[in-house]
Amino acid sequence: MMNEANDRRVDEGDAERPNNLGALRARLAAADGPQFWRSLEAVSETPEFNQWLHREFPRGASEWTDAPNRRQFLKLMAASFALAGVTACTRQPVEKVLPYVKQPEELIPGIPLVYATAMTLGGYGTGLLVESNEGRPTKVEGNPEHPMSLGAANVFQQASVLELYDPDRSRTVMRAGETSSWEEFMADLVPALAEQKAKQGAGMRILTETVTSPTLAAQISELLKFYSQAKWHQYEPWNRDSARHAQPDKPQVEAHHDFAQAQTIVALDSDFLFGHPASLAYARQFARKRREVTENAGSAGAAVRLYVAEPTPTITGSMADERLACAAGDVPALAKEMARLIAADRTPKSSGPWAKWLEAAVRDLFANRGASLVIAGEGQPGVVHDLVAAINDALINPKTVSYGYCAEAVPVRQVESLRSLAADLHGGEVDLLVVVGGNPAYNAPVDLDIPGGLRRVKRCVHLGLAYNETAQFCQWHVPESHYLEGWSDTRAFNGAPSVIQPLIEPLYQSRTAHELLDALVFEQSTRGAHDIVYEHWRSEYTAEEFEKAWRRTVHDGVKRLTNVETAAKRILRPWLNVVPEYVPVGVYPNPDLGTAPSPGNLELVFKPDPSVWDGRFANNGWLQELPKPITKLTWDNAALVSPKLAERLKLANEDVVELALRGRSIHAPVWIVPGQAENSVTLHLGYGRTMAGHVGSGQGVNAYALRTSDMMGYGSGLEIRKIEGKKWRLASAQEHHSLEGRDIYRTATVAEFRKDSGAAPKESEEPKQDETLYPPDHTYPGYAWGMAIDLNTCIGCNACMVACQSENNIPIVGKGEVINGREMHWIRVDGYFSGKDLDAPEFYHQPVPCMHCENAPCEVVCPVEATVHSPEGLNEQIYNRCIGTRYCSNNCPYKVRRFNFLQWPDNTTLQFKMQRNPDVTVRSRGVMEKCTYCVQRINEVKITSEKEDRRVRDGEILTACQQTCPTEAIVFGDVNDPTSRVSRLKKQPRNFGMLAELGTRPRTTYLTRITNPNQEAGG
Amino acid sequence: MGTPLSPLGYPDEMVGPGQTLESVSAKIGDIVLKGQHPKSWWLGFGIAFALLMLFLMSVTWLLYRGVGIWGINIPVAWGFAIINFVWWIGIGHAGTFISAILLLVFQKWRNSINRFTEAMTLFAVACAGMFPLLHLGRPWVFYWIMPYPNTMGLWPQWRSPLVWDLFAVSTYLTVSLLFWYVGLIPDLATLRDRSTQRWQQVLFGIGALGWRGSAVHWQRYKMTYLLLAGLAAPLVLSVHSVVSFDFSVALTPGWHSTIFPPFFVAGAIYSGFAMVLNIIIPVRRIYGLQAFITARTLNNMANVMLVVGLIVTYGYATEAFMGWFSGDQYERYLIYNRAMGPYAWSYWALMLCNVVVPQALWSRRVRMNPVLLFIVALFINVGMWLERFTIVIISLHRDFVPARWGMYSPTFWDYATFAGTLGLFFTLLFLFIRFLPMISMTEVRELVEEGASKPDTGPELPPVFSQLTNRP
Repeated sequence: MMNEANDRRVDEGDAERPNNLGALRARLAAADGPQFWRSLEAVSETPEFNQWLHREFPRGASEWTDAPNRRQFLKLMAASFALAGVTACTRQPVEKVLPYVKQPEELIPGIPLVYATAMTLGGYGTGLLVESNEGRPTKVEGNPEHPMSLGAANVFQQASVLELYDPDRSRTVMRAGETSSWEEFMADLVPALAEQKAKQGAGMRILTETVTSPTLAAQISELLKFYSQAKWHQYEPWNRDSARHAQPDKPQVEAHHDFAQAQTIVALDSDFLFGHPASLAYARQFARKRREVTENAGSAGAAVRLYVAEPTPTITGSMADERLACAAGDVPALAKEMARLIAADRTPKSSGPWAKWLEAAVRDLFANRGASLVIAGEGQPGVVHDLVAAINDALINPKTVSYGYCAEAVPVRQVESLRSLAADLHGGEVDLLVVVGGNPAYNAPVDLDIPGGLRRVKRCVHLGLAYNETAQFCQWHVPESHYLEGWSDTRAFNGAPSVIQPLIEPLYQSRTAHELLDALVFEQSTRGAHDIVYEHWRSEYTAEEFEKAWRRTVHDGVKRLTNVETAAKRILRPWLNVVPEYVPVGVYPNPDLGTAPSPGNLELVFKPDPSVWDGRFANNGWLQELPKPITKLTWDNAALVSPKLAERLKLANEDVVELALRGRSIHAPVWIVPGQAENSVTLHLGYGRTMAGHVGSGQGVNAYALRTSDMMGYGSGLEIRKIEGKKWRLASAQEHHSLEGRDIYRTATVAEFRKDSGAAPKESEEPKQDETLYPPDHTYPGYAWGMAIDLNTCIGCNACMVACQSENNIPIVGKGEVINGREMHWIRVDGYFSGKDLDAPEFYHQPVPCMHCENAPCEVVCPVEATVHSPEGLNEQIYNRCIGTRYCSNNCPYKVRRFNFLQWPDNTTLQFKMQRNPDVTVRSRGVMEKCTYCVQRINEVKITSEKEDRRVRDGEILTACQQTCPTEAIVFGDVNDPTSRVSRLKKQPRNFGMLAELGTRPRTTYLTRITNPNQEAGG
Repeated sequence: MGTPLSPLGYPDEMVGPGQTLESVSAKIGDIVLKGQHPKSWWLGFGIAFALLMLFLMSVTWLLYRGVGIWGINIPVAWGFAIINFVWWIGIGHAGTFISAILLLVFQKWRNSINRFTEAMTLFAVACAGMFPLLHLGRPWVFYWIMPYPNTMGLWPQWRSPLVWDLFAVSTYLTVSLLFWYVGLIPDLATLRDRSTQRWQQVLFGIGALGWRGSAVHWQRYKMTYLLLAGLAAPLVLSVHSVVSFDFSVALTPGWHSTIFPPFFVAGAIYSGFAMVLNIIIPVRRIYGLQAFITARTLNNMANVMLVVGLIVTYGYATEAFMGWFSGDQYERYLIYNRAMGPYAWSYWALMLCNVVVPQALWSRRVRMNPVLLFIVALFINVGMWLERFTIVIISLHRDFVPARWGMYSPTFWDYATFAGTLGLFFTLLFLFIRFLPMISMTEVRELVEEGASKPDTGPELPPVFSQLTNRP
């Protein structure tokens, strides 16, 4: 497999590649693209560059450099005149299509291939399946066999394919910002290494992000053998330092959770459904558990209940049955109180604002001892994780919480690691710094002054996807291969190793981290990444079983852990050698709980951004334009404030404030978020980048400018000053968050549901199919495609939106056009706030694709029959018939139609062309488009089934949104088949059609959300 | 005031005193033939022409970039283009109403303004017709909306009101053009005969189609004119009804309403009359045409405006009532949103312009005062534009799903395109004044001949009509 995969090249890319690669590469590297841009799709290359790419022979051949003399001119013209008439016979220029001289064995043009690989985020790998069309990776899916994917992929993984084709990636080795080459780099590096060798590498430092890759770790330790005085530092801006605090001298111990076993879940500032390395698996488990109530309507067993205390609403908080808006600085005290209640007595009595929530939570935790789960977030200090560990111990929860070695190769306390590096940098002790990935100049704690330190390094080498903020301080920048371009390996959160298999040759002169390390160790490039990884893996197996095991791992995308291996990774908590029930208070008599915010004492909370994470995806247009789950903001971060605080400080949305924290200050726009803790202001990380590229530079504000090493999660003492008269336009994809009492989202409590399974309040009556005077417009003798979306398990993670964008070639439009209301997402996630309390609302997520109405209002008003009904009930949009009256959109009550107001897709930039799905038309300006239920996938499966003379099997067609959904909330299938999953869901009493009272007969229906609030919890 | 009044106190004359057949032809014909135009013509034409250039620029940019240069979005996918379309079409209606329907009901006072209003109809429809084409995402394939034989074997989708629109508007344009031109023939002959310059004689001669003024000519001419009037009269009702179907066929709250056809027709006549007044009041003064466009004409027009204004007001009341009475939460919200939502200013401005201000027309003094009448008419024109704004924008910007509510803000190009069509309209109008008789000489001579400057003795049947009716 590996060799085939290695050989699998972009053949047409090779064919197009001009002779003079060096010159082209230099040119490519020099090309920056336009300075002004409207959208990512509009970012195109300069004309000279495009011409360069398109000319088959870059030098000499197509130019007639001799001055034509008269004789030669006449000769040529005679021929031209003689043949002039002949051309009339040719209507179009002849384009030759060359078949493969030697066709790769498994490649049939037009049939995509799928390969297993893995992507790392925060160091942890998630198994993926990537679709390749004639050598171009186009679509990322989750790998069902991978324990941390289970077939799902989150927004970052989905969007990573666009990162590969980002035209702003660096293309050549750069020396001090000037185009250079790998050879020159090596020529400069070798003497430097020799110098270091002389002093055992005392002046040499390696800085990486979190490393789980066994190969890379082995290479680094190999390097450190040669340079015994050299040091390896790891730093990730959103790291797991505090989560692994529990035993100071054993940072390798990690808590693993099983939500499928948990009846009561308490999350303390933890976004385990999204922000955790295992969130895809956790979301799946959580959804399974939540589904128990609805799948067995008759059962009277207890339903799962989720308690969340958090400063700022996350998608986890939005799924809470009981949510407490609680300042991050209050969480330690809350955890301590919880521990006290659990340890001290079983009839909890607490006081304070959270008393009711806490008492209810503790009662539930007790009632479900052994099947309860408490989890704390990465932003909380170690003490909270200690308390949580103790609480879980006290509740005897080994089923739901277990401990094991973390997947990291050499776990360190990353902030401390970076701090010591910073000290060395400033102390001038570092001669050679190799920054392997990452962007510390941008995302390191500001008090460590990494940029200042980097300036003092004699020779700094930066390996990265793009020439970023860190690269500008380094003498050398080496372009890094994207994970889809170069071999590597990684481990998942549970330790399962995967091989990262590339799908394409590097687009530019890039190197993987392995190749760079190899060059450092051997002072020359000896092997490619494949050989490095392969040989490392071989060193761990006996010779005869290796080849098989390797092939299997590469093929499956994951190496399954045997039971023995799993057990070996599991460890008990030997350090808590006390009676569990008395642990908490005994172990931490006086935990340092920090300062809790009070009205005069605001806190600033840092969170990784739900769209661009820690900033690494800032130049990814899909993610920039992805509406953030709760705020629906795009293209910006903002200081999120509570309604109460806004009232107190007289702030309105889009006001600009100065955030001053411990002597540092920045200006940021304000966004008011219901459910935000009163005295907490949240600022997401990842914005305010200056060298992200054409898409990401200059968007939002840089939260790292306030984040210091002693407050990586949050810090109190924030001062806010409104800048009068200034506004910052924010692009929110949704302006209105109230349901206005409309019956378009239904919810019921477990009690109501059990009493009457169709219990959701129905303000409108859905007309029956036969309630019409007219004969049916359509009959569906064959298939009838339909979709059911379970609002009970939809967590609003947006994965479906990016999956759809990637599958269906959906362009992005840019911040200004989002403000104009012209975003193009075919499936959107509507978010509503509900409830009487502005400070403690309920959050609803409603994914809205096209409803594919059987009685579609759009169809009757189109004057040219550009939107028509298919015999299978699809509402089809015919792009090349559409003249763009937009009447259909006006008449669509769901407003799911999207219009190309301008020419959105960039059809000139080569990289974007490579990303496109060849099965989906790229739409031009002036036509309407919308969700097709992934008709290309339907037809692909139908063709297969017809060839095999059978009907399509249930579950054989997966729409892109359904396929990637971590909670399996979206189900698609044939509603003519009464046994299909979708039919069975639609038969549930919970099933309802949005706005069905209009008589549209939507094929997409929803299932009522069933919440499980605790009546005693004050909510 | 020298205007003779009827016993009821209304101005009475249709032609000023002392007009003879010769003076009519001389006065009206000379405006065209002598070509002595006041400075105000040049000023007006200059402004209009500048706006026309703005229109060309806007359209060029529009075709180059796409409709995204406007402020439209999802949910408000129709904006100024459709507002302007409906507004212009409505304005056109007054012309047909005056020349056809008033002809059929023997309102002779129309004779002095029908030419003008017909021209106005044509130009307004020309402006209106631009918008449905320009607002298309891909305007170069606009003809796909027409039924024509094609290799795709595709016809338009007959259930779509946009297809009905195409037929309604194109029929309207054709009939209006014919009607206008047929009415022009005797006047063109007069101009041919009176002109002293060769080129004028040739051009008007071609236009006159060999008119010699024989009795047979007149008899056939009258019959044709009447038949065309009969053809045009139902169009007044049908065209704007069909335009209103664009909205009422849709299920959007605020659009889906059975009151729309009559409501739209009344609104059309309302704005059309207002536009006629806005144009003829200055023109009458500048060119000294008070003898032909008399106070009686103005008064009558004001009366019609008052009546249709009340119908329109009734329409507003019905919409609000039905919104509440339907019990439908979406309709109720729409009514609330109109009055209290972010665009409430437009709704209340509309009420001021279309309901409150026109009540001044109850006063004879206002009807008799051209300046006041001009101002009221101006209000009505603005009001009718705002009415279309409330219908198109307010209904769309907050419909069923609150998550998809949005706002609409017009861009420079929206305004430029609208101002540009005003430029087109007035450029054509100024050229019309310059090159064609703006008042029908034939029909005014008819009034003089019939002694219309004498007190009104009620409608007189044209001779041809007496054959068709039993009237003695």
